[in-house]
Amino acid sequence: MSAYEPKIVGIFCNWCAYTAADLAGISRMKYAPNVRIVRVMCSGRFDPQMVFWAFKHGADGVLIAGCHPGDCHYQEGNYKALRRFKLLQKLLDQLGIERERVRLEWISASEGEKVKQVIDEMTETLRRLGPLRIQETPQAPEAVGTAGGGHHG
Amino acid sequence: MKGNGEVPRIGVYVCDCGTNIAGKVRVPEVVEYAKNLPGVVVAREYKYMCSDPGQDLIKRDIQEYGLNRIVVASCSPLLHEHTFRKATAEGGLNPYLVHHVNIREDVSWVHDDEEEATRKAKAIVHGAVLRVAWQKPLEPQSVPVRESALVVGGGIAGITAALTLAEAGKHVYLVEREPTIGGHMAKFDKTFPTLDCAACILTPKMTAVKDHPNITLLTYSEVEEVDGYVGNFKVKVRKKPRYVHEDRCVGCLECIEACVFKEPRFPNEFDLGLSKRKPVYIPFPQAVPPVVTIDPETCLYLRLGKCKKTCVEACGDRNAIDFDMQPETLELEVGTIILATGFKTFDPHRTPKYGYGKYPEVYTSLEIERLVNSSGPTGGEVVMRNGQKPKRVGIIHCVGSRDKNTNPWCSKVCCMYSLKLAHLIHERSGAEVYNFYIDMRTPGKGYEEFYNRLAKEGVHLIRGRVAEVTDAPLHPEEEGKLIIRVEDTNIGVVRRIPVDMVVLAVGLEPQPDAEDVRRLFNISCSNEGWFLERHPKLAPVETFTDGVFVAGACQGPKDIPETVAQAQAAAANALALMDKGSVLIEPNVAQVDEELCSGCHICIGLCPYGAISFNEEKKVAEVNEALCKGCGTCTAACPSGALSQNLFSDHEVFSEIMGVLL
Amino acid sequence: MSGYAYYPGCSLLGTGKSYDESTRAVFEALGVPFQELEAWNCCGATAYSSIDECTAFALAARNLALAHRRGDPIVAPCPNCYLVLTKTQRYLQQYPDMRQRIEQTLERLGLQLGNEIPVRHPLQVLQETPGLEEIQKRIQKPLKGLRVVPYYGCLLARPFPIVEDPWNTTILEDFIEVTGAEVVPYAYRTRCCGGALTGVIREAGVRMVHILLREALRQGAQVIVTTCPLCQFNLEAFQQEALGNNGIQERIPVLYFTQLLGLALGLPPEKLGLHRHLIPFQPRHAILQEAVS
Repeated sequence: MSAYEPKIVGIFCNWCAYTAADLAGISRMKYAPNVRIVRVMCSGRFDPQMVFWAFKHGADGVLIAGCHPGDCHYQEGNYKALRRFKLLQKLLDQLGIERERVRLEWISASEGEKVKQVIDEMTETLRRLGPLRIQETPQAPEAVGTAGGGHHG
Repeated sequence: MKGNGEVPRIGVYVCDCGTNIAGKVRVPEVVEYAKNLPGVVVAREYKYMCSDPGQDLIKRDIQEYGLNRIVVASCSPLLHEHTFRKATAEGGLNPYLVHHVNIREDVSWVHDDEEEATRKAKAIVHGAVLRVAWQKPLEPQSVPVRESALVVGGGIAGITAALTLAEAGKHVYLVEREPTIGGHMAKFDKTFPTLDCAACILTPKMTAVKDHPNITLLTYSEVEEVDGYVGNFKVKVRKKPRYVHEDRCVGCLECIEACVFKEPRFPNEFDLGLSKRKPVYIPFPQAVPPVVTIDPETCLYLRLGKCKKTCVEACGDRNAIDFDMQPETLELEVGTIILATGFKTFDPHRTPKYGYGKYPEVYTSLEIERLVNSSGPTGGEVVMRNGQKPKRVGIIHCVGSRDKNTNPWCSKVCCMYSLKLAHLIHERSGAEVYNFYIDMRTPGKGYEEFYNRLAKEGVHLIRGRVAEVTDAPLHPEEEGKLIIRVEDTNIGVVRRIPVDMVVLAVGLEPQPDAEDVRRLFNISCSNEGWFLERHPKLAPVETFTDGVFVAGACQGPKDIPETVAQAQAAAANALALMDKGSVLIEPNVAQVDEELCSGCHICIGLCPYGAISFNEEKKVAEVNEALCKGCGTCTAACPSGALSQNLFSDHEVFSEIMGVLL
Repeated sequence: MSGYAYYPGCSLLGTGKSYDESTRAVFEALGVPFQELEAWNCCGATAYSSIDECTAFALAARNLALAHRRGDPIVAPCPNCYLVLTKTQRYLQQYPDMRQRIEQTLERLGLQLGNEIPVRHPLQVLQETPGLEEIQKRIQKPLKGLRVVPYYGCLLARPFPIVEDPWNTTILEDFIEVTGAEVVPYAYRTRCCGGALTGVIREAGVRMVHILLREALRQGAQVIVTTCPLCQFNLEAFQQEALGNNGIQERIPVLYFTQLLGLALGLPPEKLGLHRHLIPFQPRHAILQEAVS
C-alpha cells in the first residue's frame, strides 16, 4: 500500500480544455483526484517556468491542455504552446526529469471523455514513476513576491 | 503578504450548492481551513451562493468587514463568474477583485472519495486565496455595437431571423450561397403535421425579405473573411457573377425560352437531378430574387466563347444579360452575426445494401418531396423513373441515422416526414404503402395525432430494421419487383415484401463545409459536426464567441417550428446586444512596463492580432488595448517580465499554481 | 524474400484438394514465387476459439511466427484461414496481455513473433504478381461464351475485406473477364453460403445454398466460381437437397476461380483437379470443350 499519490497541476485554456473539464463534470464522469486545474485564457499563456515553479512547490507532474491545432480561439496560441513545450522537453531531458511528467494535450470543448482519460492515464503513469525527486524545504508564502521580477507594488 | 500595496482583506465563500457540492465535499471543514489562510478575514459556508441572499452575504461583508478581495468556491466560473463580479461591484468593490474557483464540476461531481474531494477543494481554495491577493482593480472597456446584423443562410431560419431583426429597425445583410433563398423548405410539398403547403407559407416570407427596406439580400454570395469582434465585425462577402443584372431582369423568362439549347439538358439541382434545365435558368418559379442565373459550367458562350446569344436578343431593351460580369467583393460592417446555414441529407450511397444508385426505383425522401410537389418534375404525380405508377411503395426509416456504421444520432424529423410522405403517396397514386421503422418518434404538438391518423388511413407500419433491398426473386410474385427483406419484430417473422418503389428516409447531417465555416466565424463544432451552442439547455442559440449566434438545423437536426423558434431567439439575442448599444470587453489585456522592456521585439511578432507595436521614440513595445484579445502569449514569452496580462499576470497565475499544491 | 509462404490450411488437404492443386499450378504458370510454409499447423479456424481463446490464438500465431522466421508474407487460399491469421495478428497488437502470453508459449518452441506479416489471399497476390495485364497476355484458351457467376462468399468482404470497398469491388469479375468468359450479374456475390450451418443446422444451411443457386440459375449461369473451399463444398455437394428437393432438375458446376484461370491459361484439367468434382464441368460449347479436354 503506497502512501504516495502524485500531485498534478493542470493548466487548462478557457475556451476548449476548461470547458471540456466542465462537460466531464456535468456528465458526472469520475476520474482521479490528483489534478488541480488552473484556468488561463489560452494555452499560449503557458510559460515553461510554470512547470519548474510547480515542480519546486511539490508537483509531480504538469498537464497543459489547449485547443486542437487550427481551433485556437486566439488563432495561434496553441502553436506557440507547442513550440515552447518542445523546447521544454529538451530541457527536462538535460535535467534528468522524465518526459512523462509534463504532458501537452489538445482537448476540444466537447471532449469531456478525453479529460477523464488523460487525467486517469497521467495519474497512473506518475504513480509508476514515483514522486519527483527534487525536494525543496517548504517556504513561507511571503516568498512568492520574488516571482517574475518587480511588478507594480 | 504584499498585494498591490494594500494589505489584503479576503472574504472566502464556499458554496454547498444544495447537495451538489456538500454531498461530497465537507464544506464546513474547507471553511475552517480557509479561515486560517493568509489575509482571510471572513470565511463562510452558504447553501446557494449564486442566489440573492448568497450574493447579499458578499455585499454585506464587504461593507462590514472592509473586505478588499473576494474568493468564491462553487460551480464553474464559466457559469457564474459574472454573477459574483456583479455582486462584488454592488457591494462597492471593483468587480475584478474577485476570484471564482470551481469545486463542483472539477471536484464534487467527478470524485467519489470524500476525503480526496475535500482535500482537493481545500487546495483549490488555497490557490484562489493566494492568487486573489495579487489581483488589481480593472475597468472593462466599453465598445459600441453597430446596429446592423449579418445573417448567413437564407432558409427558413435565416429568413425568420432577418425579418425579425428588420422589423425591429435594424439593418440586415442576408447572405445566401444559392441563387435563391428558401433553403430546403422550398423543396417540400406539404409540411407536417398540418399538411400545410410549404410554398404557401414560405413564399410570402421570401417576398417580405425581398421587399423589406431594412434587408440587403445578397444571393449567390458567400462569406469569405470575418474580422473584428462583438459589435464590430468586418465581413468580406463574395458575390458570384450570375451574368444577369438583378436590377434589370424582370423575371419574364424569355431568355430561357430563347436559349440555343432547345431542350433542357442539364440536371436541375433544385429537383435533385430528377428533371433538367438549360444553362440559363431560374431554380423555381417563386425564386427570390425573381431573376435568372446563367451557369458558367454549361453555358456555351461562357465555356467556349461561341454562341448566338439568343438570350441577349430575347432580353431586348432591358439589357439584363451581361457576360462580362465579374465576381464582386463587398465589405460589410456589422454588430452581430447569426449563422443559419442549415443541413445536408445523408447520401445513401454509403448504405449500399438499400440499393440506392443501383436500382433506379430507390429514391431518397427529398427526391420524393419533389415528385409529389405539383411544381416538381412530374407535376405532383407519383411516377417512377420507368414511367409507371407504383402500386406498392416501401418507406425505410433511419437511413443514415441511429446507425453505428454511419451516423449514431436520431435525425428527429424522419419519422414524421416518412408518415407524411406515406400519406401523400397514397393520396396521389392510391399505392399501398409500407413504413419500416425502428421506433416511431412523434413527440411534437399534434404529432402523435398525425401518426394515429396515418395508421387509420391504412399505412402498413412494420417495426423492423430493413436488412436489404434486392431484385433477386424467390417467388413468382417477386419477379420484376424490389424485395424488401425485414424482420417484422412485432410478429417475430422475417418477411420479404415486394414493392415497386423504395423510399429511403435519409437522415440529416451537418453541411459538408461546416468545419470551414465555423473557423471563419471563430466558433466550435461538436464531435458530430454541428455548430456548438454555448449551453445545450440554457443557451442553445448562443456560441462561445460573443456576438455570433446560431439558429436552425446547423446546430442540430430539428423541424420547422423549432427552427423558427431558434431563429427568433437568435434575433432576440442579437437585438439585445444592438439595442444596448455597447458591450463591455473583458479587461484581461496585456500591458507593458516600460521600465522593464528592453525592446527585444519578441512579443511583436507573436501577437495574432497585431496589437503590439514598437514605439520608435521610447524604444519599447506598446499594446493597443482595443486590439488585444487577452490570450497572454506575449506575457508568456517576454524574457524580462515587462509584459503582463491583466488578471493573468505571472504573480496571479504562479501563486495559484503554488497554492493548489498544498 | 524467397517467395510467398504458401499456407494451404487443412481444407486444401481434404475436400479442397482441387483448390490446392489449381492454385499451385496457376502460381507456377504465372511465375509467382512461393513455397509451402514448412511445418505449418492448423489455424484453428473452427470452434476452438469458442473453447479456449488464448490457446486458439497461440495455434494461429505459431504459423505467423514460422513465416516471420522465414521472412516472407503468407498467402492463404482459404478465406477462413485468412480471417483467423489476420484476426490473430490484429488482436496481438490490440491486447498486450495476450501477446505476452503467446510470446512466452512460442519462446518455448524457439519461435518469435515479429512485426506485422502481410497475410494475403490469392486474388490479391495475383492482382499484384504478375498483374491482370500480364495474365491477359498469357491466356491461351479464352473461355468465350461461358457464363460465369462471381461468387466471393462472405469472408472476403467482412470483417477484414481484402479490398477497400467490398460493396463495389470487381476484383473477382476482373479475373473472370481476363479468362475471356462472360460475367453474370449476381446480386448475391457476397451473401453467406451458410458455412458450417449445412452440418450443424441442416435446413438453415441448405436454404441459404438454395437461395444462392436459384439466383445463379435464374441469371442463366453455366458455372459458379468461388474463392473458398467451404463455399465450393456447400454449393456443390448439397445441390440434390437444395435444388432437387425443390423440384429443380438443373445442376450447375461450382469451380474455384484458380481452376477457371488455369483452364484459360491452357493448363491440363487434371493438373487443376477438375476430375475431383461431384458435378462435372462439361460445357457444351466446342471451344470450351477443347479447353476442358
